[in-house]
Amino acid sequence: MVDDDDDCERMTPSRRAILGAAGALFAWSFVPKFAYAAAGSRDPRFLLVVLRGALDGLSAVPPIGDPDYAALRDDIALMKDGPDAALPLDGFFYLHPAMPNLARLYASGQASVVHAAATGYRERSHFDGQDVLESGQAGPGKTESGWLNRLIANLPPGEGISQRGVLGVGVAPPLVARGEAPVLGWAPPRMARAGSDLIQRLGDLYGQRDPGLARALSQAVTTEGIARRSGMSGEAKGGGGPDSADGMKRIAEGAAALVGADDGPRIAALAFEGWDTHANEGGAKGRLAQLLGGLDGALASFEQGLKPVWKDTVVMVVTEFGRTARVNGTVGTDHGTGTVAFLVGGAVKGGRMIVDWPGLKPEQLYEKRDLKPTTDIRAVAKGVVSELFGLSGPVLAEKVFPGSGGIGPMAGLVG
Amino acid sequence: MASPSDARSDSVGLQRFGLGFALGQSAEIRTAPRDRLLAEIDRGMPPQPAGVPFSGAAEIGSALYAFEDRERIEREARRVGETKVAAAAPAPVAGQNQMAQPKPVNEPALPYKTYRGEVLARVRLALEAETGFGERLVQFWSNHFCIGATKSNMTRIMAGAYEREAIRPHVFGRFEDMLVAAESHPAMLDFLDNRLSIGPRSPVGKRRGRGLNENLAREILELHTLGVSGGYSQIDVTNLARIITGWTVVGREAVLGFPGSFAFNAGLHEPGAPPLLGRHYGEAGKAQGLAAFRELSRHPATADFIAMKLVRHFVADEPPPALMTEISAVFRRTEGDLAAVSRALIESNAAWRAEPTKIRSPQEFLLAAFRALGRKPDFGQINGPLNAMGQPFWQPSGPNGYPDSNDAWASAEGVKTRIDVAAGWGRQAAGSVPDPRALTEDILGPLLSPETRQSVARADSKPQALALMLMSPEFQRR
Repeated sequence: MVDDDDDCERMTPSRRAILGAAGALFAWSFVPKFAYAAAGSRDPRFLLVVLRGALDGLSAVPPIGDPDYAALRDDIALMKDGPDAALPLDGFFYLHPAMPNLARLYASGQASVVHAAATGYRERSHFDGQDVLESGQAGPGKTESGWLNRLIANLPPGEGISQRGVLGVGVAPPLVARGEAPVLGWAPPRMARAGSDLIQRLGDLYGQRDPGLARALSQAVTTEGIARRSGMSGEAKGGGGPDSADGMKRIAEGAAALVGADDGPRIAALAFEGWDTHANEGGAKGRLAQLLGGLDGALASFEQGLKPVWKDTVVMVVTEFGRTARVNGTVGTDHGTGTVAFLVGGAVKGGRMIVDWPGLKPEQLYEKRDLKPTTDIRAVAKGVVSELFGLSGPVLAEKVFPGSGGIGPMAGLVG
Repeated sequence: MASPSDARSDSVGLQRFGLGFALGQSAEIRTAPRDRLLAEIDRGMPPQPAGVPFSGAAEIGSALYAFEDRERIEREARRVGETKVAAAAPAPVAGQNQMAQPKPVNEPALPYKTYRGEVLARVRLALEAETGFGERLVQFWSNHFCIGATKSNMTRIMAGAYEREAIRPHVFGRFEDMLVAAESHPAMLDFLDNRLSIGPRSPVGKRRGRGLNENLAREILELHTLGVSGGYSQIDVTNLARIITGWTVVGREAVLGFPGSFAFNAGLHEPGAPPLLGRHYGEAGKAQGLAAFRELSRHPATADFIAMKLVRHFVADEPPPALMTEISAVFRRTEGDLAAVSRALIESNAAWRAEPTKIRSPQEFLLAAFRALGRKPDFGQINGPLNAMGQPFWQPSGPNGYPDSNDAWASAEGVKTRIDVAAGWGRQAAGSVPDPRALTEDILGPLLSPETRQSVARADSKPQALALMLMSPEFQRR
């Protein structure tokens, strides 16, 4: 691999593919820091957080101003007054009291809330719903690649962002990051790291015998190099999983350090788990409140860890679908449709509710049970990435979100 | 006399369907491996783990409730500043004396302690198995009908018992029996909330104004039987939830049976015969659910779904269509006889001779590595690496279980973590195994490539040589 600073401008697709080849395995240590963007233009960061299990949007961002809200929600309804009052957003919508950081970011114009949103998927399977959300396809069943990966693959040749790959956090990276373009992996460390000599020998062996393992290993080595140069110690081990506040914080800190590094990836995907609140969901306190608190803490970790580039950052938080408008027989909520998404970061034109509110009367609900989706998540995602990365409408409609030609990018999300 | 290519595919077959060669076992196991696997099916149910903390869910239930009562009393005592906890505890009940003793410092709480014992017993069995085919099927079905130990004390303490009671007895039995055993097990009823679900027009529902929870019903259709494209609708989900109202877990008052065991509670059961997939089930009470399960277990979509998952698990991420069709046909013809289905898989040349492309899952990797190194691990040596690699026993992040594809397990971070784990195992085993070069010849046999042989031979130390063997493509893929 030739590594002069100018060369990235002339990168061809075949050159980019080198990153995955065994021959390039240890070249990372000789790669100088690239200048990613011309002076004066933005060097954007985009992090996608997938909440697995279907977040209850009506509890995360309760429409307390809607006269039908309190009755539907019964025991788990949030209040605008009292000891555990929800946090005001625009006087009609409020934020769950477990999310003070997000409320602060919203108030300072660095966060927007999209409500009554959904993908194009209208069944209620978590796993198909997540596949649709992450594959970016119009329907389930096409899971060869994720839309963030195709986004990178379709950036103009020579784009430094695509050369850096997409970071997929977790031992198994989220589908949204998988595909042909390079996927960098990272997870909070739990084991002592193997010596570099062993890694090198395995790199040689895989190079001779197993291209798939060679590619995976080379990408892991690349990430580790970035992590080391950005000062992540890799020593802290153990801790909670991605369904705990502690785990969410560690994951967010790690992702922020990698994405914030000069030579790090510009795009990352991570997943938090445990949002499937069928029973005893809780109101201002309880199970969902703990998870939302974890998410809120993770947002603060992003803000802190990405401080120097926060003004160029968008964090988008999405989930596969929402939950039933009415509380179910076990003080929880079953699988539903419309829900919320969050846009957070210094680059967000924030302080706004982005919503075409459908109402909560029985005939206003989707199939008389779920919040009716009035905004397509893909319009939001397309709007954000087109403004951040300059992708054209046709590329977005054909490559990144295939078959989404009828859903235009939402304008004005990024400031 | 087997030709070299037969010898190679026989060795692939053993890794594909089993748990890999164990130290000191290799020469003998390679003779007629297919016949060995078929004989294993003929022997029937795989052995049960020995030395588990509790025999079964019914016994565990009493212990769990006693444990939770004690915890609550201790919590309340702390809140009021009460120091003499023992005085407030209930008098010990016969058979629960161990619960009345103060908990030693650093001793994990009962649910986790029980889980630990179950994992150990489970792993011991897999390390001792001849080919490990039965154990692989237990893993497969346990993941198909998975529960998650992190949901509650009940799922944690019953995770091992669930596998022993609902899964293991049926891996060479009938799918319908496994389906009923799984959906009626307290661990499943707790994991997917059906124990709380109440028919709105049932006696209790009318009195309390409570209602359905459709969590279990949806996953039965989507994940356990028909599959997500199996042709059901939201109405079917809700109606199946109605049909299985009353399938619950006996509480601590022991009204309907042993505390913590399964019970059908007629007081929670929704009256009527709501249609499921266009068919009405007129049976009363629990029989209504059993009839629905019988129908679901014989549905063609179920046969196709199970065949796809089995072939994907054992053969390739992109399952060969002809083989899926063949396995599905056997499932249908035998009405879900899982011995016949397993036999068809082993006897199929397409399954036996396919190239080894699948990466071993973390659990398979750990068991194969410990077999190859002759290790007798303690709980921490099992759980630490499995946690790091993302597949601890019985705790997938959702009811769809752990993934089953190279995309998930052969990811960049996944491979890197495996190397870290293998480096540790190499260090730990270096003192107790023979020459790594000889071990590699034994374990990989006809699979060993010249490149791996050379890499192991040139290693700079015994631990590194062992790590190279464990991480070689021949050991990783099956």
